[in-house]
Amino acid sequence: MSTLEDSRHPPKAVVGSQVSQDEEMFGRAFDGRVIRRFMGFCRSYRVALWIAIVSVLIYTATQVAIPLVILYAIDNALVAGARDRDLLELVVLVFGAVVVLNFGANFLQENLVGRAAERVLIDLRRAMFTHLQRVSLSFMDRTEVGRLMSRLQSDVNALQEFLETSIFAVGDLVLLVGIVAVLLSLDFQLGLLTLSIVPILFVMRIIWLPRAREAFMKAREANSVANGALAEAIHGVRTVQGMVREKVNFALYNDRARQNMLAHLRAAKFAQINVPIVDTLTGGAMAIVIVVGGNQVLGGTLDLGVMVAFIFYIQRFFDPIRSLTLQYSFMQRAMVSGQRILEVLDVPIAVEDKPDAIDMKECEGSIEFENVTFGYVKDQPILRNVSFKVAPGETVALVGPTGSGKTSATALVHRFYDIWEGAVRVGGHDVRDVTQESLGQHVAMVLQEPFLFTGTVFDNIRFRCTDASRQAVIDAAKAVGAHDFIEKLPDGYETILEQRGANLSLGQRQLLSFARAIVADAKILILDEATASIDSYTEMQIQKALAKLLEGRTGLVIAHRLATIRGCDRIIVLQDGEKREEGSHDELIAAKGMYAGLYSLNYASFDDVSDELADGLADAGAST
Amino acid sequence: MSSTTAPTDAAPTDPIGDEGLSGTPRAQQFAEGNKLEVGILWRITRMGLAHRWRMALAAGATVAAAFFQLFIPRYVGEAVDSAQGLLGAGAASPEMAREALFAAGMMVLLFSVMRGLFTLMQNYHGEGIGHCIGYELRLAFYEQVQRLSFSFHDKVHTGDLITRGMLDLEGVRMFISTGLIRTLLLTVLIGGSAYLLMNTNLTLGLLALSFVPFVGWRSAVARLKLRWMWLLMQERLSVITRRMEENLTGIRVVRAFSAQKFELEQFETASIETLKVAIKRVTVRVANTTVMTFAFFTSMVLVLWFGGLQVVDGEITVGVLAEVLTFMMILQMPVRQIGMMVNSFARASTCGSRLFEVIDRDPRIKDQEAAPDLKLEKGVLRFEDVRFSFGADSSDTRVLDGVSFSVGPGETLGIVGPPGSGKSTIAHLVPRFYDVTGGRVTIDDQDIREVSLESLREAVSVVQQDAFLFTASIENNIAYGDPWSDGERIARANRSAQLHDYVAKLPAGYETLVGERGVSLSGGQRQRLSIARGILSDPSILVFDDSTAAVDAATERRIRMALREGQDKRATVIISHRLGSLMHANEILFVEAGRVVERGSHDALMAQGGRYHDLYRLQSRPGDDHGVEVAAPGEAS
Repeated sequence: MSTLEDSRHPPKAVVGSQVSQDEEMFGRAFDGRVIRRFMGFCRSYRVALWIAIVSVLIYTATQVAIPLVILYAIDNALVAGARDRDLLELVVLVFGAVVVLNFGANFLQENLVGRAAERVLIDLRRAMFTHLQRVSLSFMDRTEVGRLMSRLQSDVNALQEFLETSIFAVGDLVLLVGIVAVLLSLDFQLGLLTLSIVPILFVMRIIWLPRAREAFMKAREANSVANGALAEAIHGVRTVQGMVREKVNFALYNDRARQNMLAHLRAAKFAQINVPIVDTLTGGAMAIVIVVGGNQVLGGTLDLGVMVAFIFYIQRFFDPIRSLTLQYSFMQRAMVSGQRILEVLDVPIAVEDKPDAIDMKECEGSIEFENVTFGYVKDQPILRNVSFKVAPGETVALVGPTGSGKTSATALVHRFYDIWEGAVRVGGHDVRDVTQESLGQHVAMVLQEPFLFTGTVFDNIRFRCTDASRQAVIDAAKAVGAHDFIEKLPDGYETILEQRGANLSLGQRQLLSFARAIVADAKILILDEATASIDSYTEMQIQKALAKLLEGRTGLVIAHRLATIRGCDRIIVLQDGEKREEGSHDELIAAKGMYAGLYSLNYASFDDVSDELADGLADAGAST
Repeated sequence: MSSTTAPTDAAPTDPIGDEGLSGTPRAQQFAEGNKLEVGILWRITRMGLAHRWRMALAAGATVAAAFFQLFIPRYVGEAVDSAQGLLGAGAASPEMAREALFAAGMMVLLFSVMRGLFTLMQNYHGEGIGHCIGYELRLAFYEQVQRLSFSFHDKVHTGDLITRGMLDLEGVRMFISTGLIRTLLLTVLIGGSAYLLMNTNLTLGLLALSFVPFVGWRSAVARLKLRWMWLLMQERLSVITRRMEENLTGIRVVRAFSAQKFELEQFETASIETLKVAIKRVTVRVANTTVMTFAFFTSMVLVLWFGGLQVVDGEITVGVLAEVLTFMMILQMPVRQIGMMVNSFARASTCGSRLFEVIDRDPRIKDQEAAPDLKLEKGVLRFEDVRFSFGADSSDTRVLDGVSFSVGPGETLGIVGPPGSGKSTIAHLVPRFYDVTGGRVTIDDQDIREVSLESLREAVSVVQQDAFLFTASIENNIAYGDPWSDGERIARANRSAQLHDYVAKLPAGYETLVGERGVSLSGGQRQRLSIARGILSDPSILVFDDSTAAVDAATERRIRMALREGQDKRATVIISHRLGSLMHANEILFVEAGRVVERGSHDALMAQGGRYHDLYRLQSRPGDDHGVEVAAPGEAS
């Protein structure tokens, strides 16, 4: 720690942030609503599950029966004075039969439950994933992907533990009851005496549980903090080395790692303290049977076989208790996870096809906004009474400061959201009257952030249009000027784009997403131009590709660059959700309004303009 | 080039094909190389043995626990015989029998307690050693991650490193308790009980133990098979995960192309693949556990049969039979654990080789022996005929080919060129993130390879293209290079970077958490934070590696003005594709394909009418004549 012991004030440094444990670990062990909903998922496998339950019962019965068989053999065929060879052989035969039955039932129950559990998990995951394809985009915007992924993975996995073992809980419970019943019926007094140790165990557990739980939580937390710090070091290693932070980080990490070790040692102590408790209680119960039972045998009030059977049962007695405790914590976790999974499944679907939605086969490519008012949050409209038309084949630029509603307007053309008032028409149809699928055929979008999927370049370009020929893909790539760099990749079009194309430059990714839009071959193209600055060379290529892309299509472009804006037929200026100006570049410059003001400022991109400045310009424009 | 044996040395320049570490999928790797590497296991064992006291306690407790465990059946057997009153050929008096019963009962209790206590000690210390080793390995791994050069990190996926540092480390750590200690326990238990059983009754002993080799073998085989299937399953699951994650992250693209159906089909295919493995795994698992139980009960049937016959024939007592049967109950659990033990060996061996592969690697960039600190006098950075390539140095893989320049205090050097021309590489060579392949880089005439890395990197600051934010407060992030700097200095640096006003307006101000779990900053804000971080320690040589690309032109101009203060003592290198950022530099290099093709001041280059001139035209607006983003009055020098 010497590095950190500086005579000055403590360092302004941490490694690995504290984890906020928003994911609750223990919940109620039983939630009727959750159970009922999940029963629905199990229904398809109910036959298998019923057979499994019957097998569990048979299996448990054989478990209880085995010591009884031994007892019977000792008492009736082996004890001094009553030795009987034939009977022994008969009993051994019965024993053999019980063992075979045990094997069969065991195999059946585990197999059936295991298979059903795997299927239910897949069904659950599929249900969630399918649902997420349909929920409103505003939900997706609000929700971090990481959170959804943790529902789809950790929560489903938590259920797996539970499902795979839940049926054994039934078996364990029956086994426990069975053993108690057998002990009491074999010899009530001795049974009661032996079972008197059970309350001690429960008391011990009750004292132990909260402390142990806390220790386990601490250990988990310390572990994720240490792991977080390591992940951070790996991700930020270039900065670490560039800033010579190695020593400070190491000292800080040492502290984290040490905390982690100590927390785990403490947790280990709590986990292991159970061993001597259970062993002592088992030993105590055996001693009771030996001393008390043995004396009864001597006195002739107890059969020797019963005593031996008691000893066997006692050794088995703690297994179901141990596994039921485990079950209980699985169940708690499963309930919490179940609730979280239901939350996802219950997200409402905002945009749905009308029952009589038209399958729009042909589309001439016009876009019309008629008095459109729209927002994401009630009473906070993003677009107010906006009207404009884009004729087929025309290219219109949407311009305005950040937050003016440009992106929302383009999203409405594809009916990502439903509007509050007015109408959005594509090809003369209200977008709410046609199927979303057919609307998608005619409207292609190129988003600001080019998003590529892991897979080959080829598959990325023909995304969804899986029937697109190789030639069509290559033609598209050539049209946007991406062909040359693709050819230079190690495997050309077959190169796998790892981690969403992290191995390509932003400009290259942009060109691929253009090519993708060309292959989709839609009449209407919506383009959200990238704001991130790209070097002038790529910029030039992109401008050329853009012209190619818009050829023969209707274009609605959220433009940031002057060069792009000037290439458009018409410009619509939006501010605060309202349309301010509309016209060609020359017309707007001549009008000396907001656009002219922005233009004269010489910003490379209109997004750089601050709100106050835009307001000022708008006022100036209004006054002239 | 410094000496390393790293395979990265021979790696091609393409970053896709080479992963730097053995990167075969885990399942495949496991299937192919499923051999126990004794060297690795021995290395882990040695690490454990270093904790002498704990190891001694754990091992001693293990033997003791096994001992007490083994003698419990003996007293049970005696008790059964006493109860039957058969001790001493039926001549025992009831009192003696009663005393014997009491003694046996107490012994069972005592031995159970002792067994419990020693098992506690065994487990606690076994695990404890594991945690100690885990701690040591964590530190070693962390330190190594920080030491390994850029060339390593370029080629190794962060996800791969994280897996090694977390999961593989767990596999190694667990070896002591689940592998080593358990082996000891099982050896003593099975060996001891075999000896005792054979001594009691050879035939019955053999029968009772007949399930041991079978179950041990089955469980070992099954474990390995299951582990392999588990790894296969993880791989299949990771495909699903990737599909889901990409779908959800790119949901706008999916919807923009109405590709939901297509995506669902893809998901379904991946799901079915996973389900197949999952079901197979269930079958294998179930078949094995049930067969093992069956084997155990079968030998119990045999013991009862033959033992019963011997009792009937009067050759042995019922007590002996009871003892043997009790032994079997005791052995049932540990024998099943043979599988876990074998698994632990396999896992430790695989994980260990992956972990040590990283830990043992010699960093390519490191201090020469007894390297002196950099002696800063004026702070003149000089590149002398620098050549550089990522792989083997041949003319067609060369990233830099004979770059020379010199920049002194108060001077600014601008570097411009098309993407992939090697601009960033120049920035990376200054703090020695990579070593040159030819020529040399010097600061005040000292070759940077001959001075200590720490002193070099303290003198040089590179503001990188991609600003990495740590999950910490803004203040901590800015003070990253000097955590002891006071608030005043931090604010000053931040003011120069034009981020202060924004930060001051935040509710938590400089305490605002940023990074993965904090507020998200825009690209421009991130870059400004990174600039503040870079200038905080007032470096003698400051390199901007395209670090204002996302900052708007007006703000960038303000930053540049702010940085003029103190510039006379500092050599500045500005790499940018935006000419407005560097046209004021004393000298501008136009780099193309690793070579300097044009050099001179802005005016000279413009007069030359070459590539720089063309680029300048390209960046000025068509029709406008007042140049690139209008330099502020008096700024262009």
